[in-house]
Amino acid sequence: MNVTRGFTGRPRVPHPGLPPGQYDAGEDWPVLSAEVTPDLAPADWSFRIDGLVERPHTWNWDAAHALPASAYDGDIHCVTGWSKFGVRFGGVSLDAFFAVVRPHVSATHVVAASHTGYTTNLPLADVTGGRAWIVWEYDGRPLPSEHGGPARLVVPHLYFWKSAKWIAGLTLLDHDEPGFWEGNGYHGRGNPWEEQRYSGD
Amino acid sequence: MTDTVTTTGTAPAHPRARPTGSGAPATRFAVPGRISVSEQAATVWQTAMLTRIRRETPHAATFRLAVPEWAGHLPGQHLMLRLTAPDGYVAQRHYSIASAPDGSGHIELTLDRVPDGEVSGWFHTVARPGDTVEVRGPLSGFFAWPGDRPALLLGAGSGVVPLMSMVRHRRGRGLTVPLRMLVSARSPEELIYSAELGEETTTVFTRSAPQGVPVGRMTAAHVAPLLAEQPPGGWEAYVCGSNGFAEHASRLLVAAGQPVDRIRIERFG
Repeated sequence: MNVTRGFTGRPRVPHPGLPPGQYDAGEDWPVLSAEVTPDLAPADWSFRIDGLVERPHTWNWDAAHALPASAYDGDIHCVTGWSKFGVRFGGVSLDAFFAVVRPHVSATHVVAASHTGYTTNLPLADVTGGRAWIVWEYDGRPLPSEHGGPARLVVPHLYFWKSAKWIAGLTLLDHDEPGFWEGNGYHGRGNPWEEQRYSGD
Repeated sequence: MTDTVTTTGTAPAHPRARPTGSGAPATRFAVPGRISVSEQAATVWQTAMLTRIRRETPHAATFRLAVPEWAGHLPGQHLMLRLTAPDGYVAQRHYSIASAPDGSGHIELTLDRVPDGEVSGWFHTVARPGDTVEVRGPLSGFFAWPGDRPALLLGAGSGVVPLMSMVRHRRGRGLTVPLRMLVSARSPEELIYSAELGEETTTVFTRSAPQGVPVGRMTAAHVAPLLAEQPPGGWEAYVCGSNGFAEHASRLLVAAGQPVDRIRIERFG
């Protein structure tokens, strides 16, 4: 251990929900997108799932809202170090979308793409079984555009760069294919509890 | 130079923009990556010794660190820094690198003193030459500028830090590639690197300014002349600052005709 002379740090507030190396951002919700926030109206939003599925399908705003509502109540963790407790996102579970397209058994990974062209890769198992959502509400109100509105992906058990803003679609693959940050040195999976920040962690 | 990062040359029109067969609409991707990053350098924590502290403004100071095994970086890249308390408590933060890559085995960070900031607070009140901290990096390629294409830099506050690395790199290497910087500060006293800024830089003061100099936010009138003088191949725009500044500045750029796929944004947080 390399102790820093004279460093004491913040008062220790043990929180079982805080992954290693993270701090509680409190009320803050930093915005870290690398691209220009798009001017995307709900009427122009669409969400498509294709690749290794039985029936590729595209939903518009109304069609997506017709699926059973589902919410995520919990915590989110950003690779830059902040975690945010007790957030509430409203939308639809990805399982409801997958039930329509029916993934092939050969599908192992997905690449999520944003309407800006941003991409991120995830194992299929990380976005099925009630672990991922397409959301359009934050705290009961429309999701602000700088946070990914009108709709974003939320995969809260992984670092938040996996939760693509302005979500446009998922492509199911039988192999892993790095997305934007993953191609820029970030970890392929991004599990905050194992501190998988960078490739090689 | 011993940079382990390598440029990938001119980015293709839509590198990794969308996976094969994706249904993503035909919008342009904003930020194709610039370089590939050394996994080795990003993974290993190294000891860095503080060798000098230089005050820049009442709220910002530059900390020069000796990192003998530093792998080299490109202007615009950042690193991760951590401090460790006697009980094992660790605080880690990402910081942009202020210095140009110079092969000296030293790097410089310029840190704002953040209210209640446990890491910046330590640097500003406790740190002295001879102290050691730990760093890993350089990290991330998308905000890097290898000096290969004309660069238009927009920064506010300590958002000028990674941009200054680019300015210094261009000067240090005697590069002739066009580079212009538009930097916003609250006042002349709060303008970081003020003595070092040259004719490539236009300053904007938001709270107070010398007599005769207008005070106010960055506007379309600041951006328009820069986009009017398009260099061959156009500008690659780099925007760094708070989210509020980044949203404002990037909208000004888009409104002035800068393509969204040639605007790279680094936001504090």
